[in-house]
Parts: sequence; C-alpha cells; structure tokens
Amino acid sequence: MEERIPAVAMRNITKRFGSVVASDKCWLNIYRGEILAMLGENGSGKTTLMNMLSGVYFPDEGTIAIDGREVVISSPKDAFDLGIGMIHQHFKLVDVFTAAQNIVLGLPGKLDLAEASRKIREICDRYGFAVDPDQKVYEMSVSQKQTVEIVKVLYRGADILILDEPTAVLTPQETDKLFAVLRNMRDDGKAIVIITHKMHEVQDLSDRVAVLRKGHFTGDMLTKDTNVQEMTNMMVGRPVELNINRPEPEDPKPRLEVKNLTVRDADGIAKLDDVSFTVNTGEILGIAGISGCGQKELLEAIAGLQPTETGSISYIENNGEKEELIGKDPLEIKKMGVALSFVPEDRLGMGLVANMDLIDNMMLRSYRQGKSLFTNRKAPNKLAHQMVDFLEIVTPSVETPVRRLSGGNVQKVLVGREISNAPTVLLTAYATRGLDINSSYTIYDLVTQQKMRGVAVIYVGEDLDVLLELCDRILVLCGGKVSGIVDGRKTDKREVGAMMTKLGGLQE
Amino acid sequence: MIHISKRGEISAGKALGIRLLAIVIGILLCSVLTMITTGIKPVEIGKAVITGSFGTMRKTWIFLQKTSILLLISLAVTPAFKMRCWNLGAEGQVLIGAMAAAACMVLMEGKASNGAVIAAMTVSSVLAGAIWAAIPGFFKARFNTNETLFTLMMNYVATQIVAFFCVEWENPKGSCQIGVINQKSNLGWFPQLVNRYLLVIVVAVVAVILMYFYLRYSKHGYELAVVGESERTARYVGIKVEKVIVRTMLLSGAVCGITGLLLVGSINHTVSTTLAGGQGFTAVMVSWLAQFNPLAMILASALLIVLGTGANELATSCGLNASFGDILTGVLIFCIIGSEFFVNYRIHFSKKHREVKANV
Amino acid sequence: MFDIVSFIPRAVMQAVPLMLGCTGETITEKSGNLNLGTAGIMYVGGICGVIGAFLYENSGAEMNNFLTVMIPLLCCLVGSLLMGLLYCFLTVTLRANQNVTGLAMTTFGVGIGNFFGGSLIKLVDTDLPSVVLTKTSLVFAKKLPFADSCGWFGKIFLSYSFLAYAAIIIALLCSYVLNRTRTGLHLRAVGENPGTADTAGINVIRYKYFTTCLGSMIAGLGGLYYVMDYASGVWSNNAFGDRGWLAIALVIFTVWKPALSILASILFGGLYILNVYIPTGTDLAIKEIYKMAPYVVTIIVLVISSMRSKRENQPPASLGLPYFREER
Repeated sequence: MEERIPAVAMRNITKRFGSVVASDKCWLNIYRGEILAMLGENGSGKTTLMNMLSGVYFPDEGTIAIDGREVVISSPKDAFDLGIGMIHQHFKLVDVFTAAQNIVLGLPGKLDLAEASRKIREICDRYGFAVDPDQKVYEMSVSQKQTVEIVKVLYRGADILILDEPTAVLTPQETDKLFAVLRNMRDDGKAIVIITHKMHEVQDLSDRVAVLRKGHFTGDMLTKDTNVQEMTNMMVGRPVELNINRPEPEDPKPRLEVKNLTVRDADGIAKLDDVSFTVNTGEILGIAGISGCGQKELLEAIAGLQPTETGSISYIENNGEKEELIGKDPLEIKKMGVALSFVPEDRLGMGLVANMDLIDNMMLRSYRQGKSLFTNRKAPNKLAHQMVDFLEIVTPSVETPVRRLSGGNVQKVLVGREISNAPTVLLTAYATRGLDINSSYTIYDLVTQQKMRGVAVIYVGEDLDVLLELCDRILVLCGGKVSGIVDGRKTDKREVGAMMTKLGGLQE
Repeated sequence: MIHISKRGEISAGKALGIRLLAIVIGILLCSVLTMITTGIKPVEIGKAVITGSFGTMRKTWIFLQKTSILLLISLAVTPAFKMRCWNLGAEGQVLIGAMAAAACMVLMEGKASNGAVIAAMTVSSVLAGAIWAAIPGFFKARFNTNETLFTLMMNYVATQIVAFFCVEWENPKGSCQIGVINQKSNLGWFPQLVNRYLLVIVVAVVAVILMYFYLRYSKHGYELAVVGESERTARYVGIKVEKVIVRTMLLSGAVCGITGLLLVGSINHTVSTTLAGGQGFTAVMVSWLAQFNPLAMILASALLIVLGTGANELATSCGLNASFGDILTGVLIFCIIGSEFFVNYRIHFSKKHREVKANV
Repeated sequence: MFDIVSFIPRAVMQAVPLMLGCTGETITEKSGNLNLGTAGIMYVGGICGVIGAFLYENSGAEMNNFLTVMIPLLCCLVGSLLMGLLYCFLTVTLRANQNVTGLAMTTFGVGIGNFFGGSLIKLVDTDLPSVVLTKTSLVFAKKLPFADSCGWFGKIFLSYSFLAYAAIIIALLCSYVLNRTRTGLHLRAVGENPGTADTAGINVIRYKYFTTCLGSMIAGLGGLYYVMDYASGVWSNNAFGDRGWLAIALVIFTVWKPALSILASILFGGLYILNVYIPTGTDLAIKEIYKMAPYVVTIIVLVISSMRSKRENQPPASLGLPYFREER
C-alpha cells in the first residue's frame, strides 16, 4: 500500500493573488481507486489548489507529478490531456448552447452532434443519469446542469475527477444518487476528489481525507482512522465549541404578516406560490429550503424589490395598525424600518459597491438625509470607524475599496450597515456564506442581539444545523410553496430535510 | 515563460509614473513618425509644435479657446461614462444645440432685442442638447437599448437636420451653407470679454469646477456612481435607476448644448454639418484618459490640442495633409491605452518553468 | 416614376460595403470583441488598395488583369490585418477598454485614409480633389459576362463584380462555419463565456485574435469594393463616410446572423440611395431629410430589438469584456 505511486502528487505548491497567499507550500497525494475528500473552511484554499491541477491557475512555485512523472499544467487543455476533469462549483456551461454542444465543446475533430448525442445517452444509461442532449442549458435546473458537467468530464474519458462542493445545490435524494455514481467510478479505478466542508459527507463517502487550513496543508489520513472532532480541530486549528446562544423570545407580537403571496418570474414560472406566514417581534424565523426555492424572491418581495402577482404583505405597527407593503417602493419600505441584508452568491453583487470605500458604502443607506445638494461624509465616516472597531473588520483604512477586503469582512460591513439603522424587521440571507467559523459566529451573535432588541428577524440559511440551533421557528419552502412551519427547538434535521424535498414532509 | 497576474494595489505615484512614461513614449513615437514623413529634425519638430500653439499671443488665445471647447465636451460626456452609459453622441448633441442657437438668430432677426435673442438662444440650445441626449437615455433606462449605437445614430440624424437647414436657409443662394448670420446687425452675437476668446475659456473653467464638485460631492454624483458600479445595488438601496439614467443624460446633453451655443454665439456665428469636427469622439478619449477626473481632463485636452495644432502646423509647412494630426493623436492614445495594462497587471518572467518544460 | 430595375442594382452596390463590414464585425463580436474601429479599418482597407493600385498603374509596367486585382487586394488585406492586430494587441493582450480603443482606431484609420489619400491627390496634381484609378477599376468592376443579354433579370442579379458575389459567399460561409462546425461552436463559446471555453481547453486568446483579424480583413474588403467598384476607382477624402458605423449597427439589426446581413444590407443600401430615387422636384432641402432614413431605421430597429428579449437574439454575453483567466 505504501509503495503505490499516486495518480497525482502535488509538492510545495504555492499560489499568491496579489498580497494574499491562497496556497502555501501545499502537498497532496491522490490515488486511483480511492475517493479523497478535500476538507477545509471557505477560503482555506481547497478550490485554488484544485484549480491548479485543472489548469485554471498556474502555481507560482512547486511541482505536480502524474503517475510519478513530473508535468506542467499550464492550461485546462493540458489537464484534459492528462485525464484530469474538474466539475466546478459555478458551472462552466454556455447558457445558450444545448447539453450536447456543451459536452463536445473544446474537443477536436469534425462536429457531429448526432454521434455525440448517441455517446451521451450511452454514458447516461451506464450511470443512470437523465440528460436530454438537445435541451438548452438556460432551461435546466441546477441539478441537471451538474449532471451535464459530470457527463462532460466522463465523455472526455477523464480518470481523475475533481468535484467542487457538488452537493451544495442538490436535494438529499440527488446527493445519494451522486454518491452512488461516484462509488461506481471509484470501483472502476478512477481517482476521485470531492471538495467539501461538510463533515458527514466526508464520513459517508470518502476513503481518505486531506485537510487544508488558511492555504496550508494540515495533513491527510484514512477516513476510517479519524473522527469528526479531530478533523474539525485540524480544519479550524484549535478546538472549537459549536454552540449558539438561543434565548427565548420575549413578548412576541406579530410584526409582519404575509398572506397568499404569489410571485412569478419573467418566464411566468411561479417562484412563490400562495405563501402565508407571520413573523413576530423578538424572534428569529428561519427559512429553509433547497437553493432557488423562492427564498430570494420572498425577501425581495418584502423589501419591495420584487413585483408580486397576488397576496398581501402587511406591516403591523406596535398599536396593531396594519399597513400594506406591496406597491410601496424600496425607499418607503426601508423608512418603515424594514432592513434587508442579502448576501448573494458573488457577495458584492447586491448591497455593496465593490469599487467604493467603506465610507461611501455606509452612505448608501443614508446619503439622502438633509436638504443639501451635497453628500455629508461625516456621519458615515464615524459609522465606518465604529463598525471597524466594533465588528473587528480587518481593513487598511476606512478609505479602502471594499473589493479589497476578504469575504468575511465584506459581509460584516454589509450586515453591520443594515443593523446600524436600528431596523424593526431584519431580513438576512446567506449572511455567513463563505465565512470561516469564527466570523460566522460573530454574525450569529449580531443577529441574536437584534432579536433580543425586539427586532423581527427573518434568517435564510443554507446550513440546516445552524438553522436548527439559531432559529425560534423554521419555515420550510419547497418549490415556492410553504411545506410547513416548525418549532426550531423541537424539530430535527430529518424532519426539516424531508419537508424540503416533499410538501408537508413525512406525513405518517 | 511570461506570466501575468493582477496587481493588488498600486501607489498613486507609480501609476502616474507609468502613465507619464506612456505619454513620453507616445510623443517620441509621434516625432519619429513625423521625422520619417517630413525629414525634419526632432528639435525642429518640437519647436514647431510649441510655436504652433504658443508662438504668438493670438495663437495662445486660440489654443486656450480650442482646449476649452474640447474640455467642455469632455466634461459633458463624463457623468454618463461614470454611470457606464456610453454616450458617443456628443457630436450630435453639440450640433443640435448649435442648430437651435442659430435658428433663434435667424428667426428672431429684426424682431427682438439682442438680449432677448441671446436668452432665447441659451434656453433653446440647452434644451435641444438635453433632449437629444435624453432620447437614447430614456430607451436605455426603459428597455436597456444599446446606447452606444443609439447615440451614434443620433449624430447622423442631427447632421442631416443641420444639412436640411443649411439648404433651407442658404446664404448666398446656391451655396448650401448658412453663412455668417446677422453679419450687419450682429444680433445674437455674444458680447466679448476683453477679447473674443475669453468668454469660452471662462465658461469652461466654471464648468470644470462645477462638474468636479457635482461628481465628487453631490448626491446626484454619488447616485450615478452607484448606478454605474452596480445597478442591482442601486435598486436595492432604493435609487430609481431609470430616473438617474435619464437625468444624467439630460445633464450630459445640456452641457453639449452649451458648447454648441458657444460655438455659434461666440465663435463662428454660423452653423455647418462639420461644426463639431469629430470632437465628440475625441472627448470620449479625453474623458477616459483622465479617468473621469475633471481636473485631469484639463491636461488631457490641452495635450491633444497641442499635438493636433502642432501636427497641422507641420503639415502645412511641409505641404502635408491635415489628417496627419489624426494619425499622431491615434498613436499617442494607443500608447496611453496600452499603458493601463501595466497599471493593473504585473508581469513575471520566470526561468524555472522553462527548465521544467525542457525536462518533460 | 420609381425605376425598380435601376434602383435594385444601385442598392446592391451600395449594400456590398455594408455587407462586408457587417459580416466582419459579426464574427468579431462573436468572439466577444466589440470593434468600434471597423469604420477606421474600412478606410484603411480602401486606401491600402488605392495605394497598391496607384503604384502599379504608375509603375510603367504592362498591366495584366491578374496583378491588377491581386496587388490592391493583397494591400487591402494586409492593411486591414495590421489594424486588426493592433486592436487585438490592445484589447486582448493588454486588456484595454474596447470602446475607447475602437474610437481611437477609427480616428487613426480615417486619419491614415485621408492622409495618404491627400498625399496621392497632391502627387497626381490635378484640379480635382481625388485620385482616379480608371484602369484598375475597370477590372474590379467587371460584370458577369452574360449580364447584358438577360434583360431585367441580368440587371438585377448578374450585373455585379466579383467582390459583390464574394461578399455574399463570405457571409454564407461565415454563417455555415458559425452554426455547423466545431470551430464555430468554439468561437461562439468564446464570445458567450470565455471562462467556460477556456476550461474546455479552447485557446481563447488565439480565437479572439484570429477572428478579430479575419473580421477586420473582411471589413477592409468593404472599403476596397467601395473605391474600386462603387466609386469607379475614384478616391476622395471622407467619401466613404459613415458606412462603417452603419455596418456595426447592422450587426444588431441582423441579430448576429451573417446570412441575414445579406438581405439587411441590401435594405439599408436601398435606404441610403432612396433620396436619389424619390422625386422631390426642386426642393433640395427635403432630400437631406430623406438621407436620415438609414439612421432612423437603425434607431427604430435598436429599440424594437431591445424590447423583445428572446434569449437567442441577445448579443454574445461577454461582448465588450476583457478576459483574464485568473480574475478573482
């Protein structure tokens, strides 16, 4: 066993982006007939390391050997030629092409889509995928797109497969299917790497686990020889206590009432279908669901950013008076005390302006104040300084453009600004997306503090474990419909998971 | 092996150094080109370029006036560019502004006092320019219509409108030109400040200052910057993106209209299809070269004017074609555009990878 | 009366430069490069052809038909290729802003055209502000041999020179390559999503360079056709006018389909000369208003095409954006 030559041996790999060292002298062995889990927090350099294997990035230092032979991978084509195929987290597909066109993209020879379709069907039959070769990618669901990606790599005859967080967008059933396929491929003698930060996936699937922390390789071992605590410690670098403080809501009163809300997208597909619920003061209402189930539309509808079809959203004043939010513009809604902090996938796309500094970003919410024609930078300046101190934002100065900050600090700026307005309703989505454990806990604390101030909080999250520990009640969305609302203290992962995939969950 | 990576940060000094170096290289290239085509010694070229713009008092005034006009148009397009709205229609907006002013002069002849005519000219020029820019702006805001081509086409529509009036109001008959308007009465001619050049210069200086503060410190300026950087963020904080787009294009067109007004009222006292003379496009480059900074635009437009005038001077003295200036302007701009790469990226030369490759 | 049999051939001849410009720009845009320098490139193509022809006509050598065509043709292709290379170097290699580069290219190209044009005019030393290349033009403008014997059919379909037919063939070929071949598939991927193309092993930079240069050369031919055939070998400064910009606008009009550009450019060619064919009597001014037609139609088309938003009719998704693999 010790004498096996690794399919891939990476040695002393270093990669810098500007002043950031994304990968620092990393070592890694990948063997055939094995599933390797690359474990690490966001920003630990897992994806960067794998991107160097697939030719997207070129290492500044270090060597890569395939089957014991040293190679230079300077483009994705080099990687293909070596049998390396990567399925990226953000799919590398051309939207206006069909599945077949995407799959044959980049291959040499005459273009014969009929023959390609035949081969694609063959691969699909072998592994039990369902892909229509003539379907356009922009018409596909996320999991269909992922299937196309996997077929694409197999079509090319890759025998070293890298999957970057493949389960993030899948339902539990789809995940099981994927894992079965991966095991088949392993038994075929292929080398498989899955990048993940989910511990149970490591245990379910992998034969070996390699852990990265802040760009450093902290070690690898056989999965059966290790346990969750050890892996967590290696990942975080110190023993961590994963515990979120959840006080009982004090004197909850209805604050926001959503009734029979329906929202359709530009193509007429219902993104929200007859959704009704109430949010109380002083509680956190969690929203669970597979990604793209209407979470975004729901928050945007409340904030006035999303046109609605039917239904009502009413804001309930302290004296019980109701006011309709639908039809008001975002500015009026904001003035009533509804704050939205939405962290999109690209983090900066909405809510912050990447090229502006902290002060100007603070000003986004407040620049209209006063009658003067000119902006007042004094107050935002003070706010920016306070926030840097209070939330421990790491930045050279408050005059640094936010695009230079790391993901965690960017999110602190965004969430911090929304909270600073003393809202009565706080809408937050994916607030800890891409954050390390420490920063995540700062954000959980911030949200909980708001709840204790009597704010009605709606928290959209991806990680079920966190939702279960943080939220007082959890609303589960399934395909734009309300699958159910459960008590965060009494439910468990199994129940919520079932409701996410099937309306009403386990009814028996 | 050459490898390129993005710079994290670059000091202002270093960035300025790279840009200045690019200008120097561009000027050197231009002189070499000139030397080849004319056979004149570099020192002579330098002399000719300097005297072309500053040789006499009159030349200096003309230089300042030309720079002011280019500067005004550059200022006009800048707010739109900051909003990432490519207003390539300055040419047409200037023309239509000029046409409006000229129309007032022609139609009101003998019917109103000088002051009234000038007031009417001002109002109609500003309105005409603003509306001309707001039309593509409106469609951009409403349907996201491609503003680059829309504004471009508006240039030609404006040109044809001017051509129409040139025939309609031709003077003398058969010339297809309007000729100097109100030659005898001087009705609608702007009063001179000290001399015939200063008024335009003063307007340009005031415009620079106002635009600087508008972009830097005003709420409007802030809003349009946010819209330019991220439309989604702008909507998210409740900025009415459509309104900002139309408003900014109105402003852009209004300043162009003012430029057209000055060209007619203060400088030419007539209008023709070539009145703007391609400066609408040069202005785009000036604005971009100056990185949308109104103060830097003073230098950028002065540089291009000196170069153009110098090239013209050389061309006339050597019997060359006047378009020589355009070629030189192109060369200089290519150098500056190219230099931005070195401001944003770093190039590594590494030996090690070559060795590895040789081993495989 | 409106004389359709003489109108259509004139419209087609007017259309050929637009067709070539539009086809060239279409494939360029398919690679994600918005080349606003096309107007300048067409000038350069034209003047390079003129210079080549001028030198050959005045070389004193016995002129043979083959060289009379080949010399200007090659000069034109080389000139526009150089312009294409310059654009690629600045926008692809140095990742400069495409709009600004394109505008500078247009200033530069028009400058080159007028400068050399003006110099040649001076050399000829006539009273006219133009260079006349009658001999070369006679060869370039040769119609199909049986055009005159086929009546109105011959006039409408057969009365054009080889470059006009070449323009149609080029457009059809580009259309075929884009839609039916692997190269076309790869090219479209580069324009839609260079990151994806890159990970699929497609050399993005090479594709961008190659298509942009090829597109420039095709557009340059438009300039050559204009001088040698349409203008009967007469070069006068600025005569080519704004056709380059119209060609770029046509790209949007034809929703990036080269085959459509054949019909669309003939339509625009017709609009361009409409003012000559519509009887206006003595009112010269109104003719100027008719000259607006192509621009106004372009604007209307722009607005309409932006109002209906079918996915397949959108511009290439990465149009105008520089590509850098390690962007973070």
